[in-house]
Amino acid sequence: MSNNTQDKLAQDLSTYKYGFSTDTKSVFKADKGLNREIVEAISKYKKEPQWMLDFRLNAYEIFKSKPMPTWGGKLSEIDFDNIHYYVKPSDRSMRDWADVPQDIKDTFDRLGVPEAERKFLAGSGAQFESEMVYHNLQDSLTKKGVIFEGIDDALKNHPDLFREHFATIVPPRDNKFAALNSAVWSGGSFIYVPKGVHIELPLQAYFRINSENMGQFERTLIIVDEEASVHYVEGCTAPTYSSDSLHSAVVEIIVKRGGKCQYTTIQNWSHNVYNLVTKRAKAMQDATMFWLDCNLGSKLTMKYPAVYLMEPGAKAEILSVAFAGSGQHQDAGAKIIHAAPNTTSSINAKSISKGSGRSTYRGLLKVYPGMKNCKSKVACDALMLDKESRSDTYPTMEVDEDEVSIEHEATVSKIGEEQMFYLMSRGLSEQEAATMIVNGFIEPIVKQLPMEYAIEMNRLIELEMEGAVG
Amino acid sequence: MDSTTPKNSLVIKNLQVSIEGKEILRGVDLTVNSGEIHIIMGPNGSGKSTLCYALMGHPAYEITGGEVLFNGENILELSPDKRAHLGLFLGFQYPREVTGVTFGNFLRIASNNLQKNRDPSVKPLSPIQYYPVVQKAMNDMKLDKSFIGRSLNEGFSGGEKKRAEIIQMNLLKPKIAMLDEIDSGLDIDALKIVAEGIQKTFEEQNIGVLLITHYQRILNYLTPHFVHIMSKGKIIKSGDMALAHALEKEGYDQFITA
Repeated sequence: MSNNTQDKLAQDLSTYKYGFSTDTKSVFKADKGLNREIVEAISKYKKEPQWMLDFRLNAYEIFKSKPMPTWGGKLSEIDFDNIHYYVKPSDRSMRDWADVPQDIKDTFDRLGVPEAERKFLAGSGAQFESEMVYHNLQDSLTKKGVIFEGIDDALKNHPDLFREHFATIVPPRDNKFAALNSAVWSGGSFIYVPKGVHIELPLQAYFRINSENMGQFERTLIIVDEEASVHYVEGCTAPTYSSDSLHSAVVEIIVKRGGKCQYTTIQNWSHNVYNLVTKRAKAMQDATMFWLDCNLGSKLTMKYPAVYLMEPGAKAEILSVAFAGSGQHQDAGAKIIHAAPNTTSSINAKSISKGSGRSTYRGLLKVYPGMKNCKSKVACDALMLDKESRSDTYPTMEVDEDEVSIEHEATVSKIGEEQMFYLMSRGLSEQEAATMIVNGFIEPIVKQLPMEYAIEMNRLIELEMEGAVG
Repeated sequence: MDSTTPKNSLVIKNLQVSIEGKEILRGVDLTVNSGEIHIIMGPNGSGKSTLCYALMGHPAYEITGGEVLFNGENILELSPDKRAHLGLFLGFQYPREVTGVTFGNFLRIASNNLQKNRDPSVKPLSPIQYYPVVQKAMNDMKLDKSFIGRSLNEGFSGGEKKRAEIIQMNLLKPKIAMLDEIDSGLDIDALKIVAEGIQKTFEEQNIGVLLITHYQRILNYLTPHFVHIMSKGKIIKSGDMALAHALEKEGYDQFITA
């Protein structure tokens, strides 16, 4: 790395306002490195049933047998032996914020988590290191049969519902990092929305990595029953350390007949986190799945939220924003599988690269033979802010049916000198003008966010835009 | 005219400007004060638009000589935003589009930002406070109020863009406004609206106006105090409305070859 790049990186890191770490005592911290004993220890520590231990050990073997992916981002620098795979910060997950240990509470207070819950959420959860430390849901929703708990609790409290759906959407064999997650998973949310129940306000979970060389492997499982609806939002941050952390989550969603699910992510990991996540949903008859995926942080993100449209009338919408600043690579995209006729999908991906940042759109649209009357619209737009920034697009289309309507468009643009001059002539500084152009570029996506998150997004973009543009 | 308003001046002395090594302005001298409307006329390629862009600080225009003073301060080293903070404004012949930024929001942000820079004690206006202000300005320029929620200049017709520029001038409250071919591509009704809009802002805000055109017809609606003829990068003749009338009768040639 040249001095120049390092300076830029240091500058980028210094603008990251969540880069603080707190001095917390963990209850249990597994040694660095991964082997069968660690996997067994995690399961034993959690007092899991035998089937889960078997599932983990099997996944561990799959993880070992699968080669590292050679596509996407540069993964060769991940040192699997230098990671703590399990760190337990407190004894159990609390329902009352006052019961959360003070040092952890301080962290989330600084991140504004409890405040957000009071203001505009139906429920919220918080994960610190490997475990959920807090989960709470409005009483009215609990009475309607809604379940929103830490996923480890759900394994104990709702064993049948859990086992019926767990790993059915993303099996361990899916990819190397799904296998890793399956072996050492810990924490994450479990949501069940019963038939016909609509949760008006979002549910939110906040994920925080605090230790150095930490691996966070949460798993989220969402089951939306028939004609029910939910909007789940996740946010995440980590301190800025000199060595890298790994976040490798698995998210599985089942949306049953006529149900609706929106899953919104505002990913803002510090620039030393590898973020390698498998997210997939299955939409049944007339169900709608909506992924809204915003990636601003991390060193490398590889994430392609997917929807399998399983029955007629199912709909998928994927909106994604990726911002790659200097030293960052956002390899993000979307996957849609039309596995039933009369299904509809749309993808709108927008990426911004700044400095030496690289953003990649990687997408798959697949229509199986015989799946007539499917409709899909794919649009990906890239905006480059500097001469050295980079953007690539890999939109794969596998359409094996003629009676379909598929639209695809892609644009690549640069911030133009004339556009900048025009805005600056109105009194905006160079940075304000560029920020305005960037915020305008992602506006069609940001306006789909609840207002509080839209404001947060614009503010995060402003922070990312700090430093010279040129 | 309000005699208590301080007089603002833009003084251009022997200004020489090149683009990519090619000399475009070869020594322009001109003074524009508040309370004055100046019109620069001249054939295509005479350097009229270059003058505007160079005065506003476009990075592609290289100043090779001369000076420009705004209320006595040399502005040639300042970036365009700093010049705007002082009170310069440029109405563009081809205003740029900015997707996803609404006309209303843009005006509010730009206006609040300018006010803050000119007087830090002024409180920024909220969208609710600013909305009626924009609406009135739009109404004066006969621009439908739906434009307030549309992306800045995006999909605006030529005439709508020009009217939007005048609305910007009106709301951003400059001290000296330069208008680059603000009358080109307008039908007679739109021309009238634009000219009246300039006149109104001029009278109400006591600004100085430097208007670039190569058509006579805007003079049917707007009476300048000074008329200048520019050719080959220099102002070759200055006068009053009589000069414009002479031009109308006899064309540029007599002045250019003179």
